[in-house]
Amino acid sequence: MSVEGQSVTGPQESSTPVATAAVPTPRRAVVVGGNRIPFARSGGAYTKSSNQDMLTAALDGLIARFGLQEERIGEVAAGAVLKHSRDFNLTREAVLGSALSAETPAYDLQQACATGLETVLGLANKIKLGQIDSAIAGGVDSASDAPIAVSEGLRQVLLDLNRAKTLPQRLQVLSRLRPKDLSPDAPNTGEPRTGLSMGEHQALTTAQWNVSREAQDQLAFASHRNLAAAYDAGFFDDLMTPYRGLTRDSNLRADTTLEKLATLKPVFGKSLGAEATMTAGNSTPLTDGASTVLLAAEEWADAHDLPKLAAVVDGEAAAVDFVHGKDGLLMAPAFAVPRLLARNGLTLADFDFYEIHEAFAGTVLSTLAAWEDEEFGRTRLGLDGAFGTIDRTKLNVNGSSLAAGHPFAATGGRIVASLAKMLHAKGSVDGRPARGLVSICAAGGQGVVAILEAL
Amino acid sequence: MTDKYTQFVNRGLGKNVAKKLGLPQPAILRRYQPGQPLITGPILVQGNTAGADALAASLLSWDLDVRRHAVPREKLGAIVLVLDELDGPRDLEGPVLAAASSLRDLAPSARVITVSRPAGSSKNPSQAAARQGVDGFLRSLAQELRAGATGNGILLADGVTATSPSALAAVRFLLSGRSAFVDGQFLTVSSAEGRLPADFAKPLAGKVAVVTGAARGIGAAIARTLHRDGATLVLVDIPAAGDHLAAVANEVHGTALQLDIGREDAGQRIIEHALQRHGHLDIVVHNAGITRDKLLANMDHARWSSVINVNIAAQLRINEALLASEHFRNAPRIVSVASTSGIAGNRGQTNYAASKGGVMGMVRASAPLLAERGGTINAVAPGFIETDMTARIPVALREAGRRLNSLRQGGQPTDVAEAIAFLASGAAGGINGGVLRVCGQNMVGA
Repeated sequence: MSVEGQSVTGPQESSTPVATAAVPTPRRAVVVGGNRIPFARSGGAYTKSSNQDMLTAALDGLIARFGLQEERIGEVAAGAVLKHSRDFNLTREAVLGSALSAETPAYDLQQACATGLETVLGLANKIKLGQIDSAIAGGVDSASDAPIAVSEGLRQVLLDLNRAKTLPQRLQVLSRLRPKDLSPDAPNTGEPRTGLSMGEHQALTTAQWNVSREAQDQLAFASHRNLAAAYDAGFFDDLMTPYRGLTRDSNLRADTTLEKLATLKPVFGKSLGAEATMTAGNSTPLTDGASTVLLAAEEWADAHDLPKLAAVVDGEAAAVDFVHGKDGLLMAPAFAVPRLLARNGLTLADFDFYEIHEAFAGTVLSTLAAWEDEEFGRTRLGLDGAFGTIDRTKLNVNGSSLAAGHPFAATGGRIVASLAKMLHAKGSVDGRPARGLVSICAAGGQGVVAILEAL
Repeated sequence: MTDKYTQFVNRGLGKNVAKKLGLPQPAILRRYQPGQPLITGPILVQGNTAGADALAASLLSWDLDVRRHAVPREKLGAIVLVLDELDGPRDLEGPVLAAASSLRDLAPSARVITVSRPAGSSKNPSQAAARQGVDGFLRSLAQELRAGATGNGILLADGVTATSPSALAAVRFLLSGRSAFVDGQFLTVSSAEGRLPADFAKPLAGKVAVVTGAARGIGAAIARTLHRDGATLVLVDIPAAGDHLAAVANEVHGTALQLDIGREDAGQRIIEHALQRHGHLDIVVHNAGITRDKLLANMDHARWSSVINVNIAAQLRINEALLASEHFRNAPRIVSVASTSGIAGNRGQTNYAASKGGVMGMVRASAPLLAERGGTINAVAPGFIETDMTARIPVALREAGRRLNSLRQGGQPTDVAEAIAFLASGAAGGINGGVLRVCGQNMVGA
């Protein structure tokens, strides 16, 4: 891979390796296919399903699709964002409950909403290095069956109680207990360092980039329309296995209209002074679901008579300083993508599909606005001008998280499997393999992005 | 499982009560288990033709206990009545009465098998009368048999010997527990095609089979049975049934293909999947079917057209793709699930019966097309089978449905699956264009 065209400099440049010529070209890691269960709005069809239940179901569907019963896979990696402490070995437990060989190793990974994509990249790298020949990447999340912790006060008392040796000591410890200590500590998606919810953070960014309510509703509308059309075309027939009576994502509103979306009241950014624009319609709801992706070395796929849809070309992570307000919480991909493309000698126009995770419509539109902004390009990306624009007809063409929902760790697997299928169907464009860009923002001011290429 | 009444009358108190009151006493049927002997007890081969001698020799070569003459009061596993050279109705008497004296010695779940010639091909009135006579004789005898014993016949086309591969395979199938719920039926062997398997326990070894509607019920049983017999499976069902389909696929180590068979390109998709994943395609079982019952006076477009589309139009379209494919030419097998409703009719099922009658017509007309490719196509018509679907029938109707056959009980999904596995086997290459009923000799529909 040679670096040509634009050079990337500036504050976010330091970690970019520039010279890769000496490294021998590793073998390819390919996406064989994927499987997910339909995503359910929290409190819906999967209310009583645990993360382990859902991940096991998604694995079993994948095993059935590709005939992997009793197969020893090189490694399985998955994770959950909202995770019980008892699920310390979630992925391995799901493997043991599945039809895979019990000799398949597994590990958990957690990188907020980027979990799913990071499992794909990490396992793909192992395949490229020849450490493993096959892998299953995945993610799961349940906002319904979320862990609830005891309060910090009660936790300290219980731990001290366990250490106390005599009855008087125990009574003394117990005497510290106060009624307020008995209220449980429910999980929330707020940022620990700012106390703001993700939506409030995005509202700041949305306002900063002047993204209009209409533009956000338009993106949400397109997401629903595209996802509904994909279902009608049978696109998900070999990407999904029903679960608990659900055969489609329950958040999908095939009959929604721009007029309907326009009637929704804003829920985030109401205290910002400017008119609030973010509604339940152009933000993702809390969702339950699981996804998996089968990755392999080409030789393994061939030996198992399995399809090769797309190659996992490269990936990049970035993080921003949102704590001090330098960048918006979910703007890390705006930096990760330029770095990734520079390393691969590509420009933003060189893609046939853009899969930009719709945490909020405002996130996608703020990112695109930043890339189109000359000032941002010069001062933040170190370019001569704006990073670039994308052909919006190539964006999230089969719907994305606004319509499908967003079970945090499961979104990466959903996107990679769908994109790989789209790329394979597209084949080649102007004599080169069709190319797709994945961009996923995550809590903590992080973002992970990746390039896939058709096979 | 065996219904509650059948379980009751097969145990101590229930057995006595049923006997005293003259209630029907359905037997617990002998069903095939891997490793189990083909049949227990000696087989009496009646008949003095060359065909009878040859068949007896073949049975002996399988290490079976064969008798050419009855030993009084010796319990028999089966009586094979070879009637392959009948010239007139009077020729029946000798072998038939000889068999009669042994009927009381039949063990539970014993077999009576006639081997004769089809009446339709004879231009000689006397010979045709004798041949057709076997039909009435066998069907009546089957109704007289007790304790899970069944009576079935094999019709050998003129020129086909009693030891041709498919004749021997049919004898084996009928002797075994695989044919537990097949009663009062005839299997026609029309040619000497077919090859006996190297291993009778794995007759489908090396074959790739597609089963539609495999997510549950009879389809899932077909998948399990074909897997047991050695086939590699592609299991098809509508995407909405994908979770059940995945569970069956993982159980039988097959691959799940979520596909609506009503789609224009379903045949192509099935062929592509089988070729890519398994390299070839040998067997297609058209099992997917739906019911949308309504009296004809209340029938609407949706109910009528959906049943016709799924149950017969989709099969026709998939078969077209299969026949056009160069990859479906190595002794291919198609087996379709029909229904006794398509033969005898069933109130409220005009649409379903039309579709299932259609299946049988399709099978007959497609037989020469498959024969050109060295293959076969046949149908299996289940009668009352214990499934989730029949469990929803109101109690009185359900009991009537169950008991109105010679075995006085409903069949199991595996009984249908066994018949399909037999017709899909390489040994059944001489059986083409026929319909095999798996109905316990249901009283309706002849």
